[in-house]
Formats: sequence, structure tokens, C-alpha cells
Amino acid sequence: MNYEELGLRVGIEIHRQLDTERKLFCNCKTTPSGGGRIIEFTRWLRETQSELGEIDPAARFEMKKMRRIIYRADTECTCLVEMDEEPPHMLNEEAVRIALTVAKLLGARPVDEIHVMRKIVIDGSNTTGFQRTCIVATGGRIVIDGFEVPIQTITLEEDAARIVESTPTHVIYDLSRLGIPLIEVSTAPVITSPEQAVKTAYALGKILRATRRVKRGIGTIRQDLNISIRGTGIIEVKGVQELDLIPKIIDYEARRLRHLLGLMEELKKRGITPENIQAERPVDVTDIFASTTSRVVSRKISEGGRVYALRLPGFCGLLRSIDDEGVRLGKDLSEYAKAWGGVEGIFHSDELPAYGITQKEVEAVASRLNLKPIDAFVLVADREREVLEALDAVKNRAAEAITTVPGETRGPRPDGTTFYMRPRPGSARMYPETDIPPLIITQSLLEEIASNLPPTLDELASSLSKKHGLSSQLIWELIDSERLEEFEELVGIGIQPGFAASFLTEGYKELRREGYPVDEVEFSKVKEYFELVVRGVTAKESAKQVLSYLSRNPSSSVGEALDKLGLRAPPLEEVVEQIDRLIAEITSEQPHSDPTGPLMGRLMKIYRGRIDGAFLSELVKKRLSALRNR
Amino acid sequence: MVESWQGYRGRVREILLAAGLDIGDEVEVVKPDGEVYRGYLMSRYEHAEDGYIVIKLRNGYNIGIAITEGVVIRRVGPGPKPAFKRPEPPKLDPNLPHVSIISTGGTIASRVDYRTGAVKPALTSEDLITLVPEIAEKAYVEAEILLSKFSENMTPSDWDKIAQKIDEKIRSGYSGVVISHGTDTMHYTAAALSFALAGTPIPVVLVGAQRSSDRPSSDAATNLIAAVQIAAYAPFGEVVVAMHDWHSDNVIAIHRGTRVVKMHTSSRDAFRSVNAEPIAYLRNNELVLNDEHYNKRGSNSYDYRPGFSDEAALVKFYPSLSPAIIEYFLERGFRGIILEGTGLGHVASNWIPTLRKAIEMGVFIGMTSQCRFGRVNMYVYDNGRDIKRVGVTPLEDMLSETALVKLMWVLARTRELEDVRRMMLTPIAGELGYRTLPSSMRPEQT
Repeated sequence: MNYEELGLRVGIEIHRQLDTERKLFCNCKTTPSGGGRIIEFTRWLRETQSELGEIDPAARFEMKKMRRIIYRADTECTCLVEMDEEPPHMLNEEAVRIALTVAKLLGARPVDEIHVMRKIVIDGSNTTGFQRTCIVATGGRIVIDGFEVPIQTITLEEDAARIVESTPTHVIYDLSRLGIPLIEVSTAPVITSPEQAVKTAYALGKILRATRRVKRGIGTIRQDLNISIRGTGIIEVKGVQELDLIPKIIDYEARRLRHLLGLMEELKKRGITPENIQAERPVDVTDIFASTTSRVVSRKISEGGRVYALRLPGFCGLLRSIDDEGVRLGKDLSEYAKAWGGVEGIFHSDELPAYGITQKEVEAVASRLNLKPIDAFVLVADREREVLEALDAVKNRAAEAITTVPGETRGPRPDGTTFYMRPRPGSARMYPETDIPPLIITQSLLEEIASNLPPTLDELASSLSKKHGLSSQLIWELIDSERLEEFEELVGIGIQPGFAASFLTEGYKELRREGYPVDEVEFSKVKEYFELVVRGVTAKESAKQVLSYLSRNPSSSVGEALDKLGLRAPPLEEVVEQIDRLIAEITSEQPHSDPTGPLMGRLMKIYRGRIDGAFLSELVKKRLSALRNR
Repeated sequence: MVESWQGYRGRVREILLAAGLDIGDEVEVVKPDGEVYRGYLMSRYEHAEDGYIVIKLRNGYNIGIAITEGVVIRRVGPGPKPAFKRPEPPKLDPNLPHVSIISTGGTIASRVDYRTGAVKPALTSEDLITLVPEIAEKAYVEAEILLSKFSENMTPSDWDKIAQKIDEKIRSGYSGVVISHGTDTMHYTAAALSFALAGTPIPVVLVGAQRSSDRPSSDAATNLIAAVQIAAYAPFGEVVVAMHDWHSDNVIAIHRGTRVVKMHTSSRDAFRSVNAEPIAYLRNNELVLNDEHYNKRGSNSYDYRPGFSDEAALVKFYPSLSPAIIEYFLERGFRGIILEGTGLGHVASNWIPTLRKAIEMGVFIGMTSQCRFGRVNMYVYDNGRDIKRVGVTPLEDMLSETALVKLMWVLARTRELEDVRRMMLTPIAGELGYRTLPSSMRPEQT
């Protein structure tokens, strides 16, 4: 696809959790382990009216749902601040320092005074109904293959609560994550290709990691992409976790937007106006489906639901995919229906008859709606209120399609496609967090940060490669798999660097390929295992065996794994006896040659994974010389 | 006091005024090194450091910029002026019970000016029902503002003003009255109204919020809706406080005005009934009565008696506190003192001579306990018996704050020690109980 011709513009916002000891606005720790007392409470959020009297589209979207919000608080890492029962404490200075370090690394300019703001978010992900956020620095740049991508802002904000369950009537959030410091770096929307976007994200990620103060692992990094092509609104794709998805999503969105622009032209050509669409009213067609063979429809009817049809004048053929790439307006309409009406989905005439809906039923609906050949229709079966909400959303979206390609907030799917989540919020609904006084950034703090800048990852990689005598490729593998810190910890307790590095990279990769969920094993267990290796309780050759066991038996302790697998070293006396016996055996077989080689071979066969090879070889040497001396 | 303009003082204030700037104007700030910031001038946090200005960037964020030597501030033009369009308020139904909402301070409902961050309180009935439309479904409400005070600034004369206003409403046939009030001293006002409006024929419901009404999570709206519902429909004529029962929004506790205290600095469930259970709960908008002993709505026991003396004091005893504190009040002409003693009702034995002196002067001394929960009993220990013997009056299970307010009310009617004693021990508004029950299980929360 020719992105340049389309006028593709992408901006990236990288969000990453900071590895601070305490949360951004309270003294709770940032490492939830799920061990505390759990309480659950119920809340509702209501939109605060703005002085302008306008209602924010994103806020109206949430208000319309009026869902009960249930919060689950683990008191181990949640206090009254996260519950919105106590005012926030002062801004966490440790987090400010990390953000200032990032600012310095990106050549951004720190503000003189930080003002914490409240950004209205009423989906429940923040107990307060707003997210606390502040600009720490503005400006700066990152250079990608000679192309300069300007940085707009570097902000610090509180992470939101994690959604546990969502139904049309209620939503459950876990508060443990709420308040963990997040840094957000936003680029200007100047990126013009998917490749450039992924390179930018990678480069920004490297800068953040260079601080060595960001959290690692699943869910600690999220990228938002702002995507547009010439003539469309801005699509904000929220929460992309994997780098590999970035180019796929941008490509998908570029195609989707291009398709929608094409539809707009076609609709204009057909002479359809938004007023034509808005004039349509949903028609109850439940009777037509009284004895339908569609399982979904008959289930909905038997549950007391209704079937409604909405005519879309001039839309015939425009709802289905026209380019075989999975892009179609019908899918978007269905997502609007789901998001606004809470229904399971829609049927539209471009795809019918199908799904058990017969040609006869289609014709009956068409005649009920006075459908002309150029028209399309949409069917929804569910509870009446939801159906009408859903069709209202469908109608509005269809009317919009004639004049514009609207900006939206969308979510990513694992295959690189996206889905409609909600409208984009209107102009920033932000007001000052008056509970927190502004924080002055002093010259001396900036000087201190400037003189303690961490090395870049490139510098770090080359120095580590020198220090440990490892290839820089191996070091980069550690960095890219985010296991550098773990590598340093293992080396710190006395594991040979080469072994630690290849275990953490190749070892994990191999087991992952074999289907072991090794990334879910807490590193503390891995470290405990290696501590036992250092103490001679077991041998490092058993590392993969133990890791694979732990990944399949998450509740098992390291000790239990060793017992289960029979990997504990036998008592020393027993080994010495064995060595002596084998020496006698081998020397009687081959009295004139050096027994070391065959001896080690036979010993390793017996003790592999239980006793360290080097230790065994040392022991053999000692025994042989003792016997010789005798 | 340093002259301040929108929170700006000194040199920065001079610069801003000289540049002819107004809050909300678009400005350009150029730093000596050429860095340029553009945004809208904001007012400054009153207690922040001098030497900075605050601007709102186009993306909505505020930042502070140091106004050092060589910084140039230029007015670009006026910022966008908001044209406030209030959404159409819901229609009020005159066939619903008429409820008067009287504001005394705090903001029970407000809207935010996202340009300046200013929070504007709802001032009229229309404003209020636009912001909390649910109340229009429950009652025909009329809102008015009586006072605009932080509750810590309230005085007994304010209680009188409020009582008088409510009395007017009672006499003009309202079904109920809602008083919005700052939470810090709401329990004192509740006690005061309980005595002044004893036997009220309609519910008088005090309500506040622990989270300000400009936030989406505020408890103001849920508490207000509950208060209006109670005012309109509760079967009792009592002065009550309606506030969250716990951290959840779906249970509102209705506390008797003489039995409630604020027991948490910030949590929504700050108000608790002590030595009594709440009269009722509103659980998921459903009234659940919790106590059958109440004054019935429409009863003819109403006895409007306003007036509070300021010659009463409350003294919390602590180890080593000198009885000279009592001398101080005697010298100032106080006519009554509530002692918040330890345990069953004690102060140090070296207080006895001073207490005797006070009582001989005709000053009422009443004893409550700083334990909060339970009843005083001055017969159990020698010291208690000695204190009792000199004429200190044990006040049963009355809350210290309620005892103080009651004493102020009693002293406004009599100054005879014996009469004061008698009235203090005569139940007027549920402030005294003669049976102490074990604490009950917390009610089911969801």
C-alpha cells in the first residue's frame, strides 16, 4: 500500500509503569502479590457538568450505560487513597526524578513547576472519575534513520484499575494497579509509515529502559497509536502491548480508513443524505421470525426479546467487504451496536440469507420496510431497550458515513485488526487537582539528574559484553527479552555469565516453543533454584527441567520440584564411594590408561542434573590424586 | 497582607497587570533562551510560591513557568469565552411532596469551568435539579441559600438562623426539609436542631459530602437524593443526618441528630451513630426502618424553642491536665462545663476542690466519656464517687458534643443549677438512652 499517497500520519504515545517503591500519590507498594484482605464496594460515577454546559461524547457514552461499578481492593497494596476515601498525598518524587531523567535523555525541556491535573474518565477505571496526570517536560526529539520525530510531552500519570469483568449491568475492577506511576511519552503525529512507527516505538522503549527504573513484564507497557489518513478523523488505538502489532494495526487502519473514504464517495454519488438516514425508524419484525431457524434469533425471542429492522437507504452492497481484506462497514456498524446497545451483534442485508435466516424471511423484512433495490437493512434481536439503543447507534453511524470518516477510540485485536470502543473524548476535560500543591523543579535537582544520567542501552550492552566476555548479540537478546536485570541478579549470586545468559534467552525460548508457559514462572523461584545450585544442592544442568516443571505446576515450590524430579544431589560420602568404586572398576579394565575420561563419563550418566559437572570433576581429581598418593 | 490578584503577588502581579492581562487570556511567554510557551493565563494556587505564572496549554494541561529576569510575557488576545448553555432542567411535578432544600455551606452540587478550573456551585433550584435530576422524580423541590459558611465557622447564632428558617418551612406545610451543610460540624448543628425543633412534624434531614461535588465520584448527589427521599416520604418527624453507611454508594444511613458524630477525617462513612443504631437505612433507594421508636410524621408534639447560650464549654481531660482550665472558664463567667472524662467518667482527684468550687458557684458540671461508646458510671471507683459527691452530674450515655449543645440550649432557658441538672437529664430528642445494647453486626453492604 502506498502510505504516502494516502497521507498517513501516526503519532505514538508510550505508557510504561515505573518501578518505584511507592505509588504516585500514596504510600502503597507497587508490587501487588495478592496476599491481603479483599474488600468489595459499589459505586456510581456521574459526569460532572462543565461550565460550558456541553456534554462530552465519551462521557455521555459511559453515562448512557449507567453501570454499577464494583471495586475489589486488596488491602496489601490498596489504601483509602485508591478507594477515593482519602485525599492524595504529595506527588512521588522518585517518579518525578525518573521522568526528568527520561526528559533529559530525549532532550526535552522540564517545566518549571509541575501542576497535577484531573482528566475526566468516567468508565470506572479510576475511582475518582478522573485520572491524575501532569506534564513534566515538553519538546525533545528522537531520530529514526535520520528522520526527526518531535516529542510533544512527557507526562506522569496514575495507572488505572484493571478490569476484571464487564457485563451490560455491572463492571468489576481490581484496584491493585490503580496509582502505579506511569510515564507517557507522546510524539508529534509526523510518522508516515508502519515501519517508521515500530522503529520509533522501539527507540522510545530503549530510552525508557535505559533508566533501568521501569517495570517489566506483561501489562507494564502500553502503546496508543493516533492514526489518520488524508480526509479522515483521528483514530486512537488504545493499549497496544506488543511492538509487532504496531505495523499490522497501522496498515489495517489505513486500509479501513481508505475503504470508508471510498464508501463516502459512493454514498454521495448515490445522492444519499444524512437526513435520509436520520428519518428512518426501527420497525418491529418479531412476527416474521416467530418460527425462524436462526438459533440466535429464536433464543432471543424465547427470552422475551424483540427483533427490529432498520432500513438504510442507499446502502445496498456497501456493508460487506469489497476488497477481501476483512474491512467492511457492516463490521463497524455491528461494533457500534455492541458498544452502545450492549447487544451481541447485528445482521445486515448484504450478508443475508445466512446464519439460519432464510430468503423468505429476508424478503418479508424487505417488503415490511418497503426496501428498494438500492437499500440495505440491519436486524437486531435482543431486549427491546437494548435493540433500540443499538439501532440508534447504527443509524447515527450510517448517517455519519455519508459526510465524514469519524475519529474514534478503538481497541486492538491480537491479529492486528481493531474494534470500535467509544467516541473520542472532546477537547481536554481537565481541571487542576487542587488537593496537591504544585511542585517546583529546582535547578539543583536538574543538575543532579544531569550528572547522574544512566548509560544508554547501547553503552550498557557494550560494557556488559566486555565485562562478561559475552557476544553483544547475546547481551542484546537479554535486553530485548527484558531479562537483563534477571541476568545481573543471577550473575550476582555466582552463576557463570555465559550459562545465565543462554539459559535466560535460548533456554526460555526453547521451552516456550515446546509449549511450557515459562514466562509465568515468578523470577524469585528461578533465582531460588540457582541459589540452590550455588550451594551444591542441585546442578545447573537441571535448570530447564526445573523451569518446565514449575511452569506446569505453578503452586509448586522449588524444593518440591527438586524432590519430584529427583534432582537433589546425593550425600557427598555416597558420591565419593561411587567414585572410588568406579576408579577400581576402570583401572581393572584398563590398567594402563588415564581413568579420568571414562570415569567422568560414567559419573555424569549417574549424576547429570544433580551434581554440577565442574564440581564432580574437581572431586574426581582429588580422589585420583589421593589414591595415587596412597 | 500582601496584595494579591488571582493568587499572584509582588513582582509577577505587577508584570501581569502592566501587560493588561486577564485570567483566561491567551498569552505567549518567551524565555531568555528562546523557548516559547503558548497558552491561557490561569489564576494561581493561593499558597504557591511567588515568581511563577500558570498557563493552560492547548492540550488542557497546566504548567508553571518561572518569571525570571528576561522573560517576556505578551498578550496574544482574549481566550475563548464560554457561553454557558444549561441543559433543560427536568420538569418539577407539583403533585409530589414539597421539599425545601436549604444550603448553609459546602457545595452539594456544582459544575466545573474546565478553562479556569473554577468550581461554580449550584445556586438555584433549577441549577440543582439540572445537576441532580433524580431529585425531581422524588419531590417538588425548592432550593435556597441561607448561609455560605465552612462548617468550622458555624456558631450557635447560625444554628438559630437555620432553626428559624426550618420553623418557617414547617409552618408553611412542607413535607420535609433538607439542610446541606459542611461535614466538619454537621453533628453539632444536627444536635442543636434536634433540641430547637423538638418533636418536628416533618423530617429535617442534614446532608453533606465527603468528596466535593465537582468530581464524578462525589457522594454529594447520592446523599442528596437520599435526603430528599427521606424528607419527602419517611414516616418519622425527626432531625436526622443522611450520609453514606460505608464505602459503597448504595447504602445511606439515617442517623438520629443527637446520636451521630463524625468519626473519620475523609471517608464517605465518616458519620456513625454512637450508643444507638441509625433510625433507618436507604438501601438501593429502599427505606429500611431500623428503630421503631421515633416521633411520627405529623405528630402534634412540635415545640419550637430556639436559642443557645455561649456560656457553656467542653473540656477534654488528659493525664496531667491542670484544673486551672476550669478556673479560666469560671473567671470568664461560664455557666456550665461538660467534662469529657476518662473511662466510666473520671478526672484526676486533684480536680475535686476546683469542681466543688465551681458547683458552689452554681456552675453546672456534667460528665461524659471520651471512650465515646458506653455509659458513664461514677459509682464504680472511689475517685468517681468523690467526683460525684461534689455535685458533678453524670450524663448517662450522651455524646460529649450533644451534651455541650444541649447545655448551651438549656442555659438559654434557665440558669438555676437544679433546673439545669433536671433538664440535662430529661430526654428531649433521643439524646439519652437507658439501655445499652451490644454492638450489632454491620449491616449487609450490598
